[in-house]
Amino acid sequence: MGGYLLKRIVSLLPVLLVVAIVDFIIIHLTPGDPASVMLGSQATEEELAKLREQLGLTLPIYTRFFQWIIGILQGDLGWSIFMDMPVTEAIWEHLGPTLSLTILAEIIAILFAIPLGVMAANRRGSWMDQSFMTFAMLGISLPSFWIGLNLILLFAVQFNWLPAAGYQPLSSGIFNHLKYLIMPAISLGIMQGALIARMTRSSMLEVLNENYIRTAEAKGLKMWIVTYKHALRNAFIPILTVIGLSFATLVGGAVVTETVFNIPGIGKLIVNSVLRRDYEVIQGTVLMIAAAYVFINLIVDILYAYIDPRVRYDKS
Amino acid sequence: METSSVTMVGTKTATSSTKHHAKIAVNRFFANRLAVSGSILVLFISLICILAPVLTSYNPIEMNVQDRLKPPSASHWFGTDEFGRDVFTRVVYGSRISMGVGFSVVMITSIIGLIFGLYSAYYRRLDNFLMRINDGLMAFPAILLAIAILAALGPKMSNVIIALSVVYIPTVARAIRSVAITVREQTYIEAIRALGGKSWRIIWLHIAPNCLSPLIVQATFIFAYAVITEASLSFLGAGTPPPEPSWGNILNDGRTIMKQAWWMTVFPGLSIMMTVLGLNLLGDGLRDLLDPHTNKAKK
Repeated sequence: MGGYLLKRIVSLLPVLLVVAIVDFIIIHLTPGDPASVMLGSQATEEELAKLREQLGLTLPIYTRFFQWIIGILQGDLGWSIFMDMPVTEAIWEHLGPTLSLTILAEIIAILFAIPLGVMAANRRGSWMDQSFMTFAMLGISLPSFWIGLNLILLFAVQFNWLPAAGYQPLSSGIFNHLKYLIMPAISLGIMQGALIARMTRSSMLEVLNENYIRTAEAKGLKMWIVTYKHALRNAFIPILTVIGLSFATLVGGAVVTETVFNIPGIGKLIVNSVLRRDYEVIQGTVLMIAAAYVFINLIVDILYAYIDPRVRYDKS
Repeated sequence: METSSVTMVGTKTATSSTKHHAKIAVNRFFANRLAVSGSILVLFISLICILAPVLTSYNPIEMNVQDRLKPPSASHWFGTDEFGRDVFTRVVYGSRISMGVGFSVVMITSIIGLIFGLYSAYYRRLDNFLMRINDGLMAFPAILLAIAILAALGPKMSNVIIALSVVYIPTVARAIRSVAITVREQTYIEAIRALGGKSWRIIWLHIAPNCLSPLIVQATFIFAYAVITEASLSFLGAGTPPPEPSWGNILNDGRTIMKQAWWMTVFPGLSIMMTVLGLNLLGDGLRDLLDPHTNKAKK
């Protein structure tokens, strides 16, 4: 296990380097002078020169890249011109709402998707299977922000049951916190749930055909024990992959969902920075999210090796 | 005389067997409910794109202030927006942007992804290099990478196509690579190499045709993702800029006046759903038809 771990961690380094290079190049693709784009047409030559100096635009590009990398290694992601604070602090301030939102969305998705997927696989071809899978198909075809807009129309505008937008931190009470988060989490969780349900069903179908399932049934075990203990555990690796990869989908979705519901999270931070052209914030936040994704993948891989020992020896 | 009759018989059987195969393929396609219902939806949306000027007599951009915020009626099927523009017309013309972006992204990602995937599978040294770049690109959530690219290049339809292509090329490249690697190890490839076949010939004439089915399936799903992501980007104001209508920016226009004008939220969203649903159904159907593995697992 130790050797496997070390190998996986070492293999991350080139990927993280590529992530940093891509992120840096994209932001420096900006045609023309970023300083004049940021300050607009009314800026004086002095203001422009000052900002160029501040952004380090007077230095050659490779020097800027190395300075940026050295900064990152020291925990410095840059400076937000508009918020006048370090990028790390801005990310830290906006992290809470996004974490709450994505975790709640993931919980809703898993709670519904796995039992429904298992039931659909157990009763393959029945009306229940067909209707679940039709819903799952609709779920992956609906943009999450549109579901959000419709939920607002229905539960906030029509019935007036829930607040249309905004955010209350957990410290204001769990009920209050959930009241604001439930609609965004559902709209974000639906696509995720649909993906997990589809994967659970197809993965279960493959396992249910195996001989050991027939043996378990033949020796008179209860149906739910066969399903959840024997079948689901073996069907779990592909499901885990979908859940692990869902982080990227959820954070991507959160960008739009947070804008719809006006939640002050990382997504809103990025969208606002794009509109304000606060390049260092975009660069730093995008880098942090991609790096987080790489590490989550590492954790998923380690979990594989834990759940299924064959994985440890398989990969040469 | 005799030989020519033999050749004729030969060609006849060959054509009739090709016809027979084609007939089987067509029958299998029509027996697959997913593929058929998906194709009908996609065909329907494509017809709307092509026939846009025939379907409506209004102009999608021209403002008409006395008609502002009218609910759906016989003269304005989907109502009007805050500038008095006909929402049905804007949704119909918006389909051209959404489908246009989706189609362009599919063409670009398929061609470049195929090239990267094939060469990566064939040349192992290149593989390590290309796949690390691939892994790096795939670490960014799709919409975030697209937003970052658009933040740098500026919101424009052509830039949306560039951004989404960069986002989805790695997905295609990886899918093609995984198929091409197994094809590359087949005995017939070894035989061609032993006969002195050139690399480019092996790659393009012998490996590439075997990668076409997964490419088609992947392309259908990428079309669907591209339509949703374009809508999301335009909704955020980073994609197709107004006044040009796109489903995403109509939804964005409608967001602030949702209480007065529900029709601006409902109709563009339904169009996105229909398109993406059609593409997803078609993709699932084609995967069942073209990929023997999933076929077996599902039956």
